[in-house]
Amino acid sequence: MINISDSATKLNSLNRRMFIIATAKIVILGGIVSRLFFLQVKENKKYLTLSDKNRIREWKLPPIRGEFKDYFGNTIAGNFEAYQLHIIPEEVEDFRYVIYRVKELLELSEKKFQKILKKKNEIKPWETLIVADNLSWEKFSKINNHLYDLNGVKPVISISRDYPYKENFTHVLGYVSQANENDVLTNENIKEKFVPGLKVGKTGLERSFEKRLIGSNSVERYEVNAYGRRISQLAFQKGDKGETIKLTIDTKIQELANELLKEKAGSICVMDIYTGAIIAMHSSPSFDPNSFVFGISQDEWQLIRNNPMKPLVNKSLSGNYSPGSTIKPIVALSALENEVIGKDFTVQCKGHKNPLELYGQTYHCWKKEGHGFVNLREAMKQSCDTYFYEVARRLGVDRLSVTAKKFGLGQKVFKDIFDNEKKGLVPNTEWKKNALGRNWVLGETIITGIGQGFIQTTPIQLCLMTAQIANGGYKIYPRIVANDESQYEDKFTPLYKNSRNIKIVQDAMFSSTNEVRGTSYRSRLNDLKYQFAGKTGTSQVKKITERDRELDLKTFQIPYEERDHALFIAFGPYINPRYALSIIIEHGGSGGTVAAPLAKELFKMIVDRHEIRKNYDNKKYLDI
Amino acid sequence: MYQHTRFNNKNNFFQKFGSLDYVLLSCLLILGFISLATMYSTDGGEVLFHTRSHFIKFIVFFSMMIVISFINIKFWFSLGYLSYAIILGMLIWTVNFGITASGSKRWIDLYFLNLQPSELMKIFIILCLAKYFHRMKTQHVNSFYAICFSLIIIFIPMSLVIIQPDLGTSLLIAISGIVVLWFAGLNHKYFFYSCLLSIISLPIIISFLKPYQKLRVLTFLNPDRDPLGAGYQIIQSKIAVGSGGITGKGFLKGTQSYLEFLPEKHTDFIFTLYSEEFGFIGSVLLLLIYSIIIYRVIRIGALSRSYFAKLFCYSFGTSIFIYIVINMSMVLGLLPIVGSPLPIMSYGGSSMLATMIGFGIVMSAKTHSQQSIA
Repeated sequence: MINISDSATKLNSLNRRMFIIATAKIVILGGIVSRLFFLQVKENKKYLTLSDKNRIREWKLPPIRGEFKDYFGNTIAGNFEAYQLHIIPEEVEDFRYVIYRVKELLELSEKKFQKILKKKNEIKPWETLIVADNLSWEKFSKINNHLYDLNGVKPVISISRDYPYKENFTHVLGYVSQANENDVLTNENIKEKFVPGLKVGKTGLERSFEKRLIGSNSVERYEVNAYGRRISQLAFQKGDKGETIKLTIDTKIQELANELLKEKAGSICVMDIYTGAIIAMHSSPSFDPNSFVFGISQDEWQLIRNNPMKPLVNKSLSGNYSPGSTIKPIVALSALENEVIGKDFTVQCKGHKNPLELYGQTYHCWKKEGHGFVNLREAMKQSCDTYFYEVARRLGVDRLSVTAKKFGLGQKVFKDIFDNEKKGLVPNTEWKKNALGRNWVLGETIITGIGQGFIQTTPIQLCLMTAQIANGGYKIYPRIVANDESQYEDKFTPLYKNSRNIKIVQDAMFSSTNEVRGTSYRSRLNDLKYQFAGKTGTSQVKKITERDRELDLKTFQIPYEERDHALFIAFGPYINPRYALSIIIEHGGSGGTVAAPLAKELFKMIVDRHEIRKNYDNKKYLDI
Repeated sequence: MYQHTRFNNKNNFFQKFGSLDYVLLSCLLILGFISLATMYSTDGGEVLFHTRSHFIKFIVFFSMMIVISFINIKFWFSLGYLSYAIILGMLIWTVNFGITASGSKRWIDLYFLNLQPSELMKIFIILCLAKYFHRMKTQHVNSFYAICFSLIIIFIPMSLVIIQPDLGTSLLIAISGIVVLWFAGLNHKYFFYSCLLSIISLPIIISFLKPYQKLRVLTFLNPDRDPLGAGYQIIQSKIAVGSGGITGKGFLKGTQSYLEFLPEKHTDFIFTLYSEEFGFIGSVLLLLIYSIIIYRVIRIGALSRSYFAKLFCYSFGTSIFIYIVINMSMVLGLLPIVGSPLPIMSYGGSSMLATMIGFGIVMSAKTHSQQSIA
């Protein structure tokens, strides 16, 4: 009986405790449900984002670069389909066999082969290994023929930069090459669009217009698993091709410039004197920019770098030269403007025997026997130095520098398009005091009058100067990009005080080319349609000593480095002028014999091409 | 009275069949179906190894449960100590000759099945203690001797499991045992004091933990401490559950599991996958099914005549509840990560076997509810 009452108490206690536990269970269950509610309903957005972040990864593809066209729409920097060979290591059954087979087929060098093997070890097995980035068609088709044997090898056609005119546009366009760390760090656009293998502009317009050219990346969105392997493609967002930029350059003339400067170091610039459009701008020697696209070989690079003619320097923009006699039109103009001389002002040139003497220094004319009595027109025609010594002496360097600067010397011609453009130098007394800390001496004024001494100009500045004399003395703004909408308020503002002075200088330049005894008389074109006016220049690289004067060596007898630079500036056709040009040949000798004949060839083509150019895009063409 | 008993003893097969708890059975079947579907999803929407194996195990053990339910509850009562001793023997065998996998020795190779005796111990310790307390008079329950004896019963398998090492299962075994002690009527103050004591000694316990276990505790306290290392599991698990939302991502569309972000998705973290694909609604539904099952188990206990059956059912139901709560709290970031499977849902033969034996005994208590044990 005790048993029964005991079991009753036991059952009682059991049920009571069950009740306590059941209550606890309900509370705990409530806790779990509220936790679920918190995670799945309240914080759902947060975790959904995290989950997507987990599983979705984006791959950027290289953007397609915009093209460069010349004035007539010819592509001068375009894109071509590069034949490449990709391998995804994990898709290859026997990597060793395949890679050796590829090596054999492509005749890869041992060095390159080791490079590929090294790269393979650096990447993940499902990432793409680029074995070759630019195969010839023969090798590409060879690979395609052997594909049955090369499991996992993918022949790919990808888009890459192509410069069809090779060395012709190198100094204008620059070149592209693989972006390096520095490019990424300094350029926001590149940073934003960077993908491995992205090619960016390294110099020239390719670099300056990077932002417009680069385009936007195509984006592939993939679902990936926890190990980063792509499972499926979710979206493909096509990027935009970069902007196509049209230049003002005429490829035919550019090619002619290249032809004329073959084997020489120098520059040719041709400009429309009203629109400021650059028709041609070439610096020689040049190099083939295509070799940089896939990385240049060390040998080739050394060859370019060590060439004494300096192919890497864009001489049109960053070559600082003493203008020599090509400064004379500005000296004359400045003197006329400041009414220091009249057009009939006469000086006697007595030749080497009786040079101009000032404070113990002698100033020689280039002509041994002298020019006799010369007025402005004669002095310009025969490029008499003595005359301009006297004019410079009377004018003074400060007044000269004002005119020179007005006509575009001593400052950048293109605002900031080319980062390698030099400013040149137009000296004056104040400049010397600030820069060198010494006072200006009269002798320096005298030699500035014939474009020697401190004065430095770039070929494009000389071209602009000539153009602004040729158009009647009005300000223009050179441009190389067609349809450039930038507006300058002071366009065509007169640079002269008296337009008659411009006429006098133009006439003097005409005589220099088209009249007997003119320094470029031999290069004249008699047909009125082509007839041009010019001014030669021969700028000394080193001071001529008495001994040199006595020896009177021919150009080829002097060591290359010490030969004079030959210069020529010109505009034409003389009736209704339209184009101006500047030619410089480094260490070429005398301007009259070396540089001026090139102008003859150029003007023939420039004038012929004018009609075509005029009719090409009628609406936009400024016809004056 | 005698006749009445005789009549009851004579109940035949069909009567037994009729007295099965069909609500419990159908809930178990639904749960089995859900677990198979989830397993199918972990295999990436294909019938692969896990799905097939889980299916076979479920069918076999479910049938076994039905068979067990026809065996008189008396039989299980008489088997109480013996089964405990056998499992204990198996545990000792495991310690010496067990199969080692991922750093711990937990399994015995039975050729057709790798048995994990520690899982079985979770059930048989209840059986053993229920038998021990069945005959005990109320005043003896709180005697020093009884407490010592029951603590030894708990302590031996626990320590054998701890040295495998398997902290999670050993804790679950201990919890199962303690639950029985609670129902048997052990004085409240013992629980209160031991709770207090364990909280105070927590720092000392932690200092005895293995480095990876300490890491788990630290990770639990701050999962962002090492998001790609120790915190990875819990972070990814929370992301999976949280991204499921109200209705879930849809069957077979759980990206976290499909793309292999989820760890241990077949076993301990199966709820995460389920929750990701079926969302809040699905999760609550699953909890509801579990609640019904536990309710039915406790109801069977309440309706049983014998103290043994009651004690077993109450303890078993509560243990199952605790297993579920621990597993879910773990994957939801409420508890540190300890290896504990979700009953029936998780992949694993031994766990399924143990659970099904437990339900079998409960069912047997139902079919023999009028049976009193002397």
